[in-house]
Amino acid sequence: MNWQLLPQFVVTGLLLGGPLALNALGIVLIFKATYIFNFAQGQMLLLGALITWWFALELGAPLWVAILLALVLSAVIGLLIERFALRPMTGQPLLSIILMTLGLSQVFQGLALLVFGSVQRNFPQIFSVTDPYKITTPFVFNGNNITIILKQNLVWSFVIAILCVVIISLFFRFTKTGLTMRGTSEDHELAQSIGININRVFGLSWALAGMVATIAGVLLATSSGLDMSLSVVVLAAFPVVLLGGLDSIPGTIVGGLIIGLSMGLASASKNPVVRDMSEIMPYILLLVVLLIRPEGLFGQKRIERI
Amino acid sequence: MAILRPAGDFDTTYAHDIATIRQRWQWVLLFAFILTLFTLPFYASQSVVSLVNRIGITIIAVQGLSILTGYTGQISLGQAAFMTAGGYISALLVIELNWSFFLALPVAAIGAGLIGLIFGLPSLRVKGFYLAMSTLAAQFIIPWFTRNAFPELLNGAQGLNVQVPVLFGIEFNSPQRYIYITLTVLVFSTIAAYNITRSRIGRAFVAIRDHDLAAELLGVNLFKYKLLAFFLASVYAGVAGSLAAHNIRHLNSETFNLIDSVIFLGMLIIGGLGSNLGPFFGSIVVEMLTEGATLFGPFFITLFPSTAAGAVQALRPLFFGFTLMIFLIFEPRGLAHRWRLIKAAWRLRPFSH
Repeated sequence: MNWQLLPQFVVTGLLLGGPLALNALGIVLIFKATYIFNFAQGQMLLLGALITWWFALELGAPLWVAILLALVLSAVIGLLIERFALRPMTGQPLLSIILMTLGLSQVFQGLALLVFGSVQRNFPQIFSVTDPYKITTPFVFNGNNITIILKQNLVWSFVIAILCVVIISLFFRFTKTGLTMRGTSEDHELAQSIGININRVFGLSWALAGMVATIAGVLLATSSGLDMSLSVVVLAAFPVVLLGGLDSIPGTIVGGLIIGLSMGLASASKNPVVRDMSEIMPYILLLVVLLIRPEGLFGQKRIERI
Repeated sequence: MAILRPAGDFDTTYAHDIATIRQRWQWVLLFAFILTLFTLPFYASQSVVSLVNRIGITIIAVQGLSILTGYTGQISLGQAAFMTAGGYISALLVIELNWSFFLALPVAAIGAGLIGLIFGLPSLRVKGFYLAMSTLAAQFIIPWFTRNAFPELLNGAQGLNVQVPVLFGIEFNSPQRYIYITLTVLVFSTIAAYNITRSRIGRAFVAIRDHDLAAELLGVNLFKYKLLAFFLASVYAGVAGSLAAHNIRHLNSETFNLIDSVIFLGMLIIGGLGSNLGPFFGSIVVEMLTEGATLFGPFFITLFPSTAAGAVQALRPLFFGFTLMIFLIFEPRGLAHRWRLIKAAWRLRPFSH
């Protein structure tokens, strides 16, 4: 362990957990309502960021207008995906549905590449890069207090991400639409029999997930630039989803923080092999979770009947 | 749908009862087909030969996935990772220990199979998405291992320069020569796949696919057969990985990646699940689409000038994704099923059923 850098890596790791939780939220939103695991979330994120970039830099709209327009467009894209790709798959086996979302991800990746090209783009900076936050910790090393340096975009991405997760959980808890969505996630047929329009609920879930993906995309693009590899980031959110529980919204925060922390801790090691392990840390945790507690920390355990 | 036999095809001996190829004209057609493939280098252009070579290797990988996903119903997103494992094992055996490629190939297959077993372990507790996730983990952990472990042996992210297979002084250094290795292995892997899936093992696999708990109640040992399915799938992947590595003669952690795993699954769906013909149909269709992307690339460059040279890379996932989605919606049982329907219609002619 590199004790001097440990606090820095712990805090950075925890902050990385925020965007991870946001990506996981997009997946959980869809899974909770429709039992579909969306492998195309990464490409939805990429599209959201690209659309924002296009409105802001190509058409010259103010950034907040661009983001709003992108949110609306991504909600529409979500609705279209639900209507034309996933609804025909109702009642099909799991493998077909998984492959449908994988096929979607390939189509989006191809479309993004075809229309926008594979160059690295400058995304408008939302947060100042030159002026990082400095926090002096009470921990003492070699007679000096350890100072943590935090980039502004890291902190604000975390805050916005957690805010989104909280807003969505409040929406699920306290609104009538949220209640119908929770009801639908319990049992599709039962929900339909008491008069819930489940197609509307499915569409709404995809639209919400599209908007979440766009927010995550904008946050990522502003801190790390915009190119085709942006969609890969969501792959690290899969372990978060499984750790927190596939159908648990608060689980995404806890899962995100744990995965982020594990990556941070691995980077703080002095052993270079362990340090390199930080990129696969989520997947090792994923295997452990699958072997010990497949339903995740907060997920609902479902009993299978023959 | 009952299996329809050609008119006048009766079982007169036990050997005929269990035969896969039942009639003389089927043997003739099969040998004509195999002969056409083996004589390909004499009359086809280099690009055709190398395409057939690539398709052959892909078919072997998809055959493994077909056993695991098509017959046993275990979703795997890690087939390409096991190809990486097989490729590295055989490349290292040839480079470091000076083994012959033809000895390294089976060893690599078994090695990849054992690695597949490790990642198949979660299948005993989880299924569906969860299993897809655990095999996805393989897709990250195995390439990471090749990038970071034993840098002096595996050469990190740079990867290995793989040697050309040599047999009796013949160097298999061009597609025209390499295709003989590929086709020979493909013939054996196909015979093996046919016989695995129609034997006791195959029936146990199908029982697990249709309902694993019910299969267990019927006395199928889930532990044994699920792991066996993972082992077999990874053995096929290992063979394909080793063949591909010695064919392109370079190997790194990105040679076989997550997208390849996704494409293999797509080939399986397009070809048809639970059929031994499926991998053939699927691999051929998808590889042809890739060729189509190369063909149409220049045309799309004029449509989207901003993409420029990237058009070909963009068209490949686009064509593949659209084809996959269209098949999932309109032909979810794949081309193999359509082929069965056509055969049945032909045999029933002039009646409709």
